[in-house]
Amino acid sequence: MTDRIKATVKRGQVREAIEQSLIRRRKRNRRFRMLGLGAVILGMLFLGMMFSSIISKGYSAFVRTDIQLEIYFDPEVIDPQGARNPDVLASATYGKLVKAALRKAYPEVKKRKGKRKLYRLVSTGAIQQLRDLVLSDPAIIGTRKKLWLIADDDVDQYYKHGENQSRLKGRQLAWMAQLRAKDALKTSFNTNFFTAGDSREPELAGIRGAVVGSFFVILITLGLSLPLGVAAAIYLEEFSPRNRWTDFVEININNLAAVPSIVFGLLGLAVYINFFELPRSAPLVGGLVLTLMTLPTIIIASRAALKSVPPSIREAALGMGASKMQMVFHHVLPLAMPGMLTGTIIGLAQALGETAPLLMIGMVAFIVDIPSSILDPATVLPVQIYLWADSPERAFTEKTSAAIMVLLAFLVLMNLFAIWLRRKFERRWD
Amino acid sequence: MNLVVLLIFLLLLSMAAYWLGRRYSMQQVAGDRRQLHSMPRYYGYYVALWSALPAVFLLLLWQFLDQGLIVGMVAAELPDIICNLPLAELHLYLNDVVNLAKGSITSADVDATMQAAANHFKHLQTLSDMSLLASLIGMVVAGAALALHQINPEFRSRPRVETLVRWMLVISASIAILTTVGIVLSVLFEAIRFFQMVPVTDFLFGLHWSPQVAMREDQVGASGAFGFVPLLAGTMLVALIAMTVAVPIGLMSAIYLAEFAGQRLRTWAKPLLEILAGIPTVVYGFFAALVVAPMLRDGGSMIGLDVSSESALAAGLVMGIMIIPFVSSLSDDVINAVPQTMRDGSYALGATHAETILRVIVPAALPGIVGGILLAVSRAIGETMIVVMAAGLTANLTANPLESVTTITVQIVTLLVGDQEFDSAKTLAAFALGLALFIVTLLLNVLALHVVKRYREEYD
Repeated sequence: MTDRIKATVKRGQVREAIEQSLIRRRKRNRRFRMLGLGAVILGMLFLGMMFSSIISKGYSAFVRTDIQLEIYFDPEVIDPQGARNPDVLASATYGKLVKAALRKAYPEVKKRKGKRKLYRLVSTGAIQQLRDLVLSDPAIIGTRKKLWLIADDDVDQYYKHGENQSRLKGRQLAWMAQLRAKDALKTSFNTNFFTAGDSREPELAGIRGAVVGSFFVILITLGLSLPLGVAAAIYLEEFSPRNRWTDFVEININNLAAVPSIVFGLLGLAVYINFFELPRSAPLVGGLVLTLMTLPTIIIASRAALKSVPPSIREAALGMGASKMQMVFHHVLPLAMPGMLTGTIIGLAQALGETAPLLMIGMVAFIVDIPSSILDPATVLPVQIYLWADSPERAFTEKTSAAIMVLLAFLVLMNLFAIWLRRKFERRWD
Repeated sequence: MNLVVLLIFLLLLSMAAYWLGRRYSMQQVAGDRRQLHSMPRYYGYYVALWSALPAVFLLLLWQFLDQGLIVGMVAAELPDIICNLPLAELHLYLNDVVNLAKGSITSADVDATMQAAANHFKHLQTLSDMSLLASLIGMVVAGAALALHQINPEFRSRPRVETLVRWMLVISASIAILTTVGIVLSVLFEAIRFFQMVPVTDFLFGLHWSPQVAMREDQVGASGAFGFVPLLAGTMLVALIAMTVAVPIGLMSAIYLAEFAGQRLRTWAKPLLEILAGIPTVVYGFFAALVVAPMLRDGGSMIGLDVSSESALAAGLVMGIMIIPFVSSLSDDVINAVPQTMRDGSYALGATHAETILRVIVPAALPGIVGGILLAVSRAIGETMIVVMAAGLTANLTANPLESVTTITVQIVTLLVGDQEFDSAKTLAAFALGLALFIVTLLLNVLALHVVKRYREEYD
């Protein structure tokens, strides 16, 4: 610091010069400190911005708009023969009922173009609603009923967010105003979002298929990576001799942990799909790819857990005459298990949020059906988010945000479980 | 037959074998377990392993071969007209036969020949299932009998079981090697096939990237150029932007939290920052594409700048946010590893807090920090979803962050999503890119490790 104080300082003024430089230096210290605080705050700010933008965009997807219409269950349309044959009831054109109800509610709409616009107020999902009603209770045929039907996504967006968020124009807005005046519009909890598969219609699209797909993929990943990872860690930590081969294995594991996830996708595509000819888009392949990806994480965490068990435990077991294998499996492993499980859960949380490698193996297709086995084509929650984020309809933006909220909720739960596990079973050895 | 059901069946059988082995060993010594070499349960394990392991191997082998063999046998029985079809059509036809037999939808109309072939397939399938079941049971019984035969009081069952378990552990540990080998070989093979179509020099030094291979000679814009340079430049640009965001913020917050902050702030702020690392990248991608990119575009147009809606800046900024916790937690570790005596020495000489940090702690921790930054760069280069969702598709050779660029990972995704043909340069190019990505990230990791090891200051 001597270079700061110029050599020109005169003898009697040294003290003053030092005091002045101290002020300068303390100022710099404060500035540096503020800079650090600013960095921390900036990081928090980014986090807050992301969460608030996602929640503010997505919370509205958990409710949907319904339109009240008076439906006449016309026997001529539903069941002309009157035999109440379930097949006939199931294949009737319920769309006609909705259209008739709309025409009746707005008799002033005469032209074809106007009618088409009118029909667009109600979602195609209403047809399914009516069919379910009739099939569950055929006696309803021939009666008139006021029913709440699913509104189209444009109506939904308009009702929830106002004019500027919607594609509705002119007369449709007038109709909406009328409906609102008649109290024929309401919002209800969107159960569809949790019970339906994907759809091209935003108001009907749900995450059930993706959640089930994610569940299968994670199940396979867990079933394969936990035993393999723990076994590998036990070997490397407890049994392996220190030689070139084990050094090589170790370097490999550390490097694999840093390989970009998309490369694992390439491996899955070339090996599982092209060489072994496993089905594309199947949760089985997804699980296999993610297993390879999570293995390094689990091995590294499990080794750390094994390392933290003090040598005295091992020596005591050996001293009592246990074989090395008995020492590991009866004494060391139970003590290391909580740490291993914590690492596994964190690895699985990573796998749950992983998207890129699954795009490579074709889990990116538009799939309406909910997968029922590990060989059915499926998609997973993050890929569903990617697909919806790419959709042009405005209503899909809120669906995307809502799906992100669900995904984050799962991740938070998993991480909390890991933290709980660690707190509950962590032992300090002194 | 269902694999899971068979595996459960085998598990039950081996449990029965365990019980048998245990009981048999006790019978041998008339219930006096002191006369046995090992504990009775090890005899049980021994019998169970002998009965289950060979059967599981057979089951997996069967699962792998059975479909191909049956289809081959069905194909051999087909009438000549169909056998003489070109290979691709024959495959299609056989696919239809299999689908028909399994009750799925077929692509072609079903005729009598196909129905006959499907019936043949069904017949063979049942035959195969039956013989699999029979040979599995045979294997289990034979294995158990063989093991039981060996049991006598002097038989050393524990060492044998332990050797087997040890081998299983070795095999599990080798999976990591197998994965690496799998990655290298699969990517390398396809990349070599690509380089047979496109010369390596064209790939490495070409300045133009447009992977659309012309279907017709006269097609417009279908040059099929595979120049890697624009992709590398785009990747580097995005990574550079990300690092200019992540390094200062990450490093400064690590320093603040380690050196200035009180205990309370630390316990709260550190986990909150770590949350950023746990958020899936697809969420960052959504944030970049739907929040940051429009914001930048609007902000740009307000001050008269033309910002592309898929600018490198948006992707880079958000990627930087993602990497902050990565940089900060790695730096935090190395800063905390600097011994307290060095801080105390610096304070004793009259240095302020900031001077101590800048002139003593950071230089001492520098190798670790540099290593961490290198790892972060490799993370940024391999990051996929943010750039897929927020960066562009067209390869521009530009250094302007406001323009749209494309990256290696984006191109891999666009080349491979959708239909893949493993004989077209377009699909294989993705593997060449993957190879490049793998090599670059691997080198960065090795370099990071080297920096940490080579330049680390050893204290006390």
